[in-house]
Amino acid sequence: MPENFATIAYIVAAALFILSLSGLGHPDTARRGNMMGIAGMLIALLATAMAKDFMGYGMLAAALIPATIIGAFLANRVKMTEMPQLVALLHSFVGAAAVLVGFATLLGPHAEMSEAEHLIHNIEVYIGVCIGAVTFTGSIIAFAKLHGMIGGKPLILPARHLFNLMLLVVSIWIAVMFVQAVDAENITRAIWLLVIASVITGVLGVHMVMAIGGADMPVVVSMLNSYSGWAAAAAGFMLSNDLLIIVGALVGSSGAILSYIMCKGMNRSFVSVILGGFGAAEGTAVAVDGQHTEIDVAKTVELMCNAKSIVIVPGYGMAVAQAQHTLSEITKELEAIGVSVRFAIHPIAGRLPGHMNVLLAEAKVSYDIVLEMDEINPDLPNTDLVLVIGANDIVNPSALDDPASPIAGMPVLEVWKAKDVIVMKRSMASGYAGIGNPLFFKDNTQMLFGDAKKNVDAILTAYRSR
Amino acid sequence: MRIGIPKEVHTGERRVAGTPRTVKQLIQAGFEVVVEEGAGFQAEHLDSMYAESGASLTSDVRALWGESDLILKVHTPQMHPELGEHEADLIKEGGCLIGFVWPAQNEEVLAKLNARNASVLAMDCVPRITRAQKVDALSAMANAAGYRAVIEAVNVYPRFLMGQSTAAGAIKPAKVLVIGAGVAGLAAIGAARSLGAIVRAFDTRAEVGDQVRSMGAEFLELDFKEEGSGTGGYAKQMSAEFIEAEMKLFAQQAMEVDIIITTALIPGKPAPKLITAGMVESMREGAVIVDMAAQQGGNCALTQPEKMVIHKGVRLVGYTDLPSRMAIQTSWLYASTIVNMIDEMGGSEEFKIDLENEIIRGALVCHGGQTTWPPPQAEPAPKPEAASQQWTEEHGAADESSKENTGKSKLGSIVLWVIAGLAMVGLGWAAPDSFLSHFTVFVLACFVGWQVVWNVAPALHTPLMSVTNAISGIILIGGMLHLSGAPSEAITVLGAIAVFVAAINVSGGFLVTRRMLSMFQK
Repeated sequence: MPENFATIAYIVAAALFILSLSGLGHPDTARRGNMMGIAGMLIALLATAMAKDFMGYGMLAAALIPATIIGAFLANRVKMTEMPQLVALLHSFVGAAAVLVGFATLLGPHAEMSEAEHLIHNIEVYIGVCIGAVTFTGSIIAFAKLHGMIGGKPLILPARHLFNLMLLVVSIWIAVMFVQAVDAENITRAIWLLVIASVITGVLGVHMVMAIGGADMPVVVSMLNSYSGWAAAAAGFMLSNDLLIIVGALVGSSGAILSYIMCKGMNRSFVSVILGGFGAAEGTAVAVDGQHTEIDVAKTVELMCNAKSIVIVPGYGMAVAQAQHTLSEITKELEAIGVSVRFAIHPIAGRLPGHMNVLLAEAKVSYDIVLEMDEINPDLPNTDLVLVIGANDIVNPSALDDPASPIAGMPVLEVWKAKDVIVMKRSMASGYAGIGNPLFFKDNTQMLFGDAKKNVDAILTAYRSR
Repeated sequence: MRIGIPKEVHTGERRVAGTPRTVKQLIQAGFEVVVEEGAGFQAEHLDSMYAESGASLTSDVRALWGESDLILKVHTPQMHPELGEHEADLIKEGGCLIGFVWPAQNEEVLAKLNARNASVLAMDCVPRITRAQKVDALSAMANAAGYRAVIEAVNVYPRFLMGQSTAAGAIKPAKVLVIGAGVAGLAAIGAARSLGAIVRAFDTRAEVGDQVRSMGAEFLELDFKEEGSGTGGYAKQMSAEFIEAEMKLFAQQAMEVDIIITTALIPGKPAPKLITAGMVESMREGAVIVDMAAQQGGNCALTQPEKMVIHKGVRLVGYTDLPSRMAIQTSWLYASTIVNMIDEMGGSEEFKIDLENEIIRGALVCHGGQTTWPPPQAEPAPKPEAASQQWTEEHGAADESSKENTGKSKLGSIVLWVIAGLAMVGLGWAAPDSFLSHFTVFVLACFVGWQVVWNVAPALHTPLMSVTNAISGIILIGGMLHLSGAPSEAITVLGAIAVFVAAINVSGGFLVTRRMLSMFQK
């Protein structure tokens, strides 16, 4: 096939990818967007496979077919609550692929280049491998943290900023040696240097994600999403492949925007999240204590039936307890008797951007009644009842009125403005930010202790037997 | 304990401080309730309904006042037209009274009540704190008044509010200006909006802009900056320059709008004059002004309290009894806040005047023969309980500090741009053509991604992430480019592994997205 044809195919694929992302703008067009992404991928694959000097069909089939099956298997088996882990794991694959492509490029033959081109090419290889390695190890750690294989607590090493800086300086130093080694045609030395560099940047990735607390996971996952894009873009540069560059840049900026949105949701700067160590003493917060009121299931049901408008605030606790299906049932029952039920989603609820939306969608809650924080906050003062399920920091009033609080300034759902608030929680323990919540002691707040799933099940049973 | 609910004697007052429903609540709480015959008649509550709720009825006003421990009123005690005696003189020695009192305007009444050693809780003096919202009678009344103001305006407005395109011709929607975006103003905005009018609102407190916009109205702003928040969420008096700019705005608006609803009040001061005679005359024929501040002197120069007058084709509504015009529900809302207040005081079992209770101390205007108003300003700093009201003010302060920050970050971003510019110059100087063409593609793609992704709904962020994940698996093409060698070569093996992991990504990412998206449904 003529070479120009491949270029055209790449342009079509790139356009399809862009359309795919813009299709995701709205739930109605999102499915079509996904199909366009698939189409773009197939076109890109075919165009590459049909290039006239491509010969590795056997190898391609051997790698592609089992991998596709494994991917499909993973996609069908994963529980929606485990989505964050899966996404993190998949990021690590892109990172790994970038490292491998980098090494293969180094080993492979390359076209005639001028000196400057050669230098840039080598730097591209080096950068691609480094970004790939950071993405790979960082994502593996994020996966392990999200999957509960290692604890969510941040690992704070002494002088950790110095450590990171040192790793960075060392990898730049190695970069210089690497470029010299390639110039001297000493490929063995170059390979070893590249291996060392990938180990060092790998350690950097591990250390960076280890230092980040569980509550910051949405930022980390979207940051790694961004990195996986940059890794693909770097691979595109080293292979002089515009399609890879375009796609990498799209993904990279998409991940960057998501990280930015998450950081804004927490009112924290991106740098402070990445440098880690959330919740370490930042001024002394006002100690929170007082008397909380408990409520039982029967009274909760009574309050729910008497309310005209109910807002449900789900948090990670709902995801862990898998309470979304029962909640959806309760919602339908209440709507049938004319109660307005809505869900309020804080931007950082859960462990992934939009995590709660996916869970509620899985439970067949109509997306029309799932609102964002900015949409629902003005309505809360006119709401009769707010049910907080497994959420804590995102409904903490100290964010607004205690300047010394670690979450001061973070926008929160102002649920305490509603007439009644019922908080479902396992105990009076703190949330991820590790701070007390004055909401629990407000006059209009009542606590319903116990496992979220058991409690909502009991509510549904009690409601139906009325 | 005995609670007495007399009939309101204020001219035109239709409300009553207890409805059959709240009377029942009080009786269930252990009180004995006596209601004056005909007390609820104007609010459509018949004596028989009170009797059904368990109240006893009496026609003896003197006995009702003199023998009840607690009197519930709507209006400030005043001269009783039938008895020829002042209501304050009727109260039992050491008795208790809950009602609207307006202590600043009614010093003589307070003196009379003190002479009887009465304890008086003024519903109009309840502190504006979050915990006190359930006893916030003023907001409940203001909400009703704001709604009613629109209804009264529409009643005398000789046009449609909603725009329509009919076969006979198009009708333009009415334009409504609401001045003052407190509870009443916001309620008026909501009511006017729901009737189809185009609504604009103005308030000296810039931070209420979001509330105004959330009700669907346009928030008018002056070029002039001055913070208008006083204490407790009320507006304060503004500087002369500010007022001048404000008047200019009103003059210009008066020529454009069809209905003006003014709600501007400053606590303890006569209402500010905002609409001059000239502005009234500049309005188009059939226009309406509802002056909700008529009782405090009016925001409009030509308003006549308690009346509707027509001045050169403009109708000026100065009714002061707007909440009373919805007496069934406003009586109940008001009575409910009183029940909550009684509850706050301990109910029938432990009924007491707790001076430590912030709500009760704030509302208490007479106690033990002394005027106890205004309450001591014990806490200058906002307490956590006052959070929701104070928040708006703190928010204002926060805005200022963020301005400082943006100042700093402006400098930072200039430095950043300079560095980026220098880097670009360096690239252009040193980099070869082949790199630059790829770099062009890269930069443009970043911008495209940036533009496209901002449009993604937050609800779809997880699917977005898994799609971008899948398409970043495009790196498998990078692996494919190395597959053409012999299968035993290291480079081919590396390429194959790269293709393998990337392909997991591609199929996994797309399929999981598909699965997620199939769940999103209306």
